[in-house]
Amino acid sequence: MVVAIKNPIHAALFLVLSFFSTAAIWLLLNAEFLAIALVLVYVGAVMVLFLFVIMMLDINVATLRQGFARYFPLGIIIAFFMVVAMGLIVSSDYFLSDIYSQGSISTIQSNTKLLGLAIYQDYLYHFEIAGAILLVAIIAAISLCLNKSKITKSTQPDVQVLAKKDDRLRVVKMKSEEKED
Amino acid sequence: MIETIYNIISQYILLPLTIAVFPVDYQTEAMLFFQTTIKILAIVVPVMIAVAYFTYAERKVIGFIQGRIGPNRVGLFGFRLWGLGQPIADAVKLIAKEIIIPLNANRSLFIIAPILSLAPALAAWAVIPFDDTKVLANINAGLLYVLALTSLAVYGVIIAGWASNSKYAFLGAIRSAAQIVAYEIAMGFALVGVLIAAGSLNLGEIVNAQSGSVIHWFWLPLLPLFVIYFISGVAETNRAPFDVAEGESELVAGFHVEYSGMAFSVFFMAEYANMILIAVLSALLFFGGWLSPFQGIIFLEDIFSWVPGMFWLLAKTSIFMFLFLWFRATFPRYRYDQIMRLGWKVFIPITIVWLVVISSLVVIDLPPWFS
Repeated sequence: MVVAIKNPIHAALFLVLSFFSTAAIWLLLNAEFLAIALVLVYVGAVMVLFLFVIMMLDINVATLRQGFARYFPLGIIIAFFMVVAMGLIVSSDYFLSDIYSQGSISTIQSNTKLLGLAIYQDYLYHFEIAGAILLVAIIAAISLCLNKSKITKSTQPDVQVLAKKDDRLRVVKMKSEEKED
Repeated sequence: MIETIYNIISQYILLPLTIAVFPVDYQTEAMLFFQTTIKILAIVVPVMIAVAYFTYAERKVIGFIQGRIGPNRVGLFGFRLWGLGQPIADAVKLIAKEIIIPLNANRSLFIIAPILSLAPALAAWAVIPFDDTKVLANINAGLLYVLALTSLAVYGVIIAGWASNSKYAFLGAIRSAAQIVAYEIAMGFALVGVLIAAGSLNLGEIVNAQSGSVIHWFWLPLLPLFVIYFISGVAETNRAPFDVAEGESELVAGFHVEYSGMAFSVFFMAEYANMILIAVLSALLFFGGWLSPFQGIIFLEDIFSWVPGMFWLLAKTSIFMFLFLWFRATFPRYRYDQIMRLGWKVFIPITIVWLVVISSLVVIDLPPWFS
């Protein structure tokens, strides 16, 4: 539905639904921390921004459809490779090993704790490197946006806070008018 | 008392019903289903009644603050009773009103939007512990669950604003979405502080980690986080002084201009349910939940030991609910750019700094909180 539907907003909302379904599947697999984190991060933050952008852009569907026939073969090829890759991963030893069939690990200890131990002890370097890469990405993204054009008006909060009554306001004393007889 | 009522219902009504209706193989599942439904009703019905009377309280309290009387005409059974019948009359009026769907509105999304805003507001109540034992779903990641569900509330607003096909509604939705996403982060960091202090994501364990006395509650070591949490809560629920999403004076009513009747009142209920939720969470996370404020004081503790824990929780919640109304009556609306500045440039740095502080306090086992 995410790909096939015409209205981009509906497509984004169906993507939200599919994230939800993923979270529900993870919940059934006893990975409650990951499931709720998925909802929190993807549904709660990422998709909101996504939806936001789609709503602002007002995408014209007709122009998007023009190149469809041209890109269709390429799309098929990419899709084929992705299906093969996913099939290889799913059928590989990782998913057949006994680790997953035990299933009772999470009942012994809270799996949030296990996840924390795994990230911060066993895979600390991988985690730190991923963090550093993300930090670089954030800095890069911000610096790309940071071209200050002269047209933009912005306020200086410190100046605003420091403004006193005397700077803006002048009390003028005037002689009251005499009553004319 | 609540346990007794619950036991009577499940013993004498549900059990015979299950045995009579369902085949033997499914009886335990059916019984579990019925019991859970009863528990859900026992939470949702009081919440909805509280929502109805919260609107009444709001009008009364703001009335008193502004030197007015507030609603005092609609009574019950022919008595005036300070206008206590007002919420019921309002509900009847709103149910009877027609729901107008604009001609060029996106029909399905227009109808689904209020539902999307009310559902998470009510679903979050599932993990709220009312007492040591009274909790519907005692899940390990309770705090995270609450955070995830409160972040979903923004969808109702965005979809409502977009589906109405109206400029006012859309502007309101955009403002609100930006605001909620901004304050969500500060709120999340404040909650991370709580979980560092308590060492658990389970709401019941967080409350139990605060037991001792009033000083043991987390409000003292987490004071900046508490203030930020509550202000972010006010901003998240789009309440005054952060109610630019509605902004009556500039956007007419913001994202729900096009809604009428029950669809409008569902938005209203969601807003008030969210406010009560924020109030309950502040009581639970920072003010010791169901723990008695007289705990640890030699003489008073014994005198008040008969008071059920739920009473303390509700009393603390009421104080925070009153704060919401007090804010609305006393503060003028924030300017929009100042809201964003406050959220991004003031709150988030403060929370990050205080996270470092609280982590170091936990590491050195500072008594009386973390020993």
